[in-house]
Amino acid sequence: MKIVVAIKQVPERDALVRIAANGKEIEERELQWAMNEPDAYALEEALLLKEKSGAVEVIVVSAGPERVGSTIREALAKGADRAIHVVCNHLTGCDALGVARMIAAAIKPENPDLVLTGLQSEDVGMGQTGVILAELLGLPHATMILQVEVIGAGLKVKRELEEGWFQQIELPSPAVLTMQSGGNKLRYATLMGIKRAKSKELRTVNAADAGAEGSSAIVLEQIALPKKQRHTQMLQGSAKEAAAVLVEKLKTEACVL
Amino acid sequence: MSVLLVLEQSGGKIKKASWEALAAAHRLAPSENITAVVIGGETEALAADAAAHSVSKVIRMEHPLLAQYTSDGFCSALQQLIQDQHPTHIVFPHTYQVRDFAPALACRMGQVLIGDVVEIEEGPRFVRQLMQGRLNGSYRHSGDGPCFVSVQAGAFRAEAREEPQRAQATIERFSPSIDAAQIRTQPGEPFRGSEQTVDLGSAQRIVGVGRGIKAVENLPMVQELATVLGAELAASRPICDNGWLPLERQVGSSGQTVAPKMYLAVGISGAIQHLVGMKGSQCIVAINKDSDAPIFEVADYGIVGDLFEVVPALTEAVKAAKE
Repeated sequence: MKIVVAIKQVPERDALVRIAANGKEIEERELQWAMNEPDAYALEEALLLKEKSGAVEVIVVSAGPERVGSTIREALAKGADRAIHVVCNHLTGCDALGVARMIAAAIKPENPDLVLTGLQSEDVGMGQTGVILAELLGLPHATMILQVEVIGAGLKVKRELEEGWFQQIELPSPAVLTMQSGGNKLRYATLMGIKRAKSKELRTVNAADAGAEGSSAIVLEQIALPKKQRHTQMLQGSAKEAAAVLVEKLKTEACVL
Repeated sequence: MSVLLVLEQSGGKIKKASWEALAAAHRLAPSENITAVVIGGETEALAADAAAHSVSKVIRMEHPLLAQYTSDGFCSALQQLIQDQHPTHIVFPHTYQVRDFAPALACRMGQVLIGDVVEIEEGPRFVRQLMQGRLNGSYRHSGDGPCFVSVQAGAFRAEAREEPQRAQATIERFSPSIDAAQIRTQPGEPFRGSEQTVDLGSAQRIVGVGRGIKAVENLPMVQELATVLGAELAASRPICDNGWLPLERQVGSSGQTVAPKMYLAVGISGAIQHLVGMKGSQCIVAINKDSDAPIFEVADYGIVGDLFEVVPALTEAVKAAKE
């Protein structure tokens, strides 16, 4: 069984993000990067499936500029067997279809039995790459998956619905699944894993060579700070002072205590 | 401009999010140019409800294979309808179901869904959130073909039924051809994760806790604050993912939607998925170390500081105020 996990490198969760001078991108200088968290859960699920059945190869694929290599190495250190880096220096200029086309072109020759990815990225948050990937590869898909079970020639998955509801879905393999966070506990890379990762295959393919045509069906024209939805009173002073003022305001101004 | 509004139902009733999508559709076109579609195995009651709203036409798209939602069935049926009707815009509520099929449907037609839209500006330009709500991005549909848009829950005010004297919309049928072999997934019946023991929906006050709490050992400190406030304890997703609090206490798109008199967010940055579950609260207080955290965008009162100092101080202040 061959599992491909599509991962994205995103700014670290608490990173201070600034708008670039052109007003259309995020300023990348001085940013720290990390693996998109839902993608980390997708990788974890793949590694667990591998542990359950030895006959599994886990291949990670990621699109982006050179910096993406560090996140790919992290995935290899966690236990992925090999990796494909789709080198693309203008990821922010591609829409979800453009990115999915690149990844589809890179993984199609692998003929995977299962493709996993996170349900959405923490930066752009489109939440579409996995679903479009399935469409481009002509595979069935299921989204927001918490658990994956291989049964016979197919899969049985637990899907999250809204407001605390769930659903089992059965679908044939090969398939594409987008993984929700929290289904498993994430592992850390071990020292041995980091050492081993250095000798694992990391193949780079050029986005254009992969035969993927770009897409700009939708264009991000401007990035701006959000408009405030409420007038916020910021309470100053020490913790004690701010707490005292807050209680007073909750009692007399907001009348909620 | 002509809009096809895709209404979503649950348990035989059209969801509120669908009427919010109607409000968004009205930002693009007048009622005369809005067609709503109801989808299912049997749609008579749904269509009657839809026709009482401010749209010109309601299409009943019925097929036995649409009785239960599948991405394959919905994509095939809606593609046929779009090719028949030629709308310039297709508007959806941004629900889990739409997230499951709309990207594939748009892709099939060479388009990309502009998803989770919070505002529609002149142009039209569609505003959606980036970086977990820290920034807004303004998107434009370019090129030929229809524009697919889904709107975030709570971003537009749901439209009520028309006054009875207004003309009802016409109701038409559209029968897509779907072959059972096209449906590749077999969905099971929905089930609840666990027994409900707390009803956050009826709580007057809620203290929500997030990643900032750092370790499960720190939860009692927040619980004490909740207790003195007479509040229920709730959490953002990562806390429940870690198993620190049960799933039934999770607030947000994958958990409960709440609107208490007071919502106090402790160490919650305010990712979109959390905000949609609590931004309707009457009074929102946020305590966070990061002054840029999106939670402050929806807060009435904010304290930027170390929650490990602020929370105990607040507990003491509430106790003192009671004496």
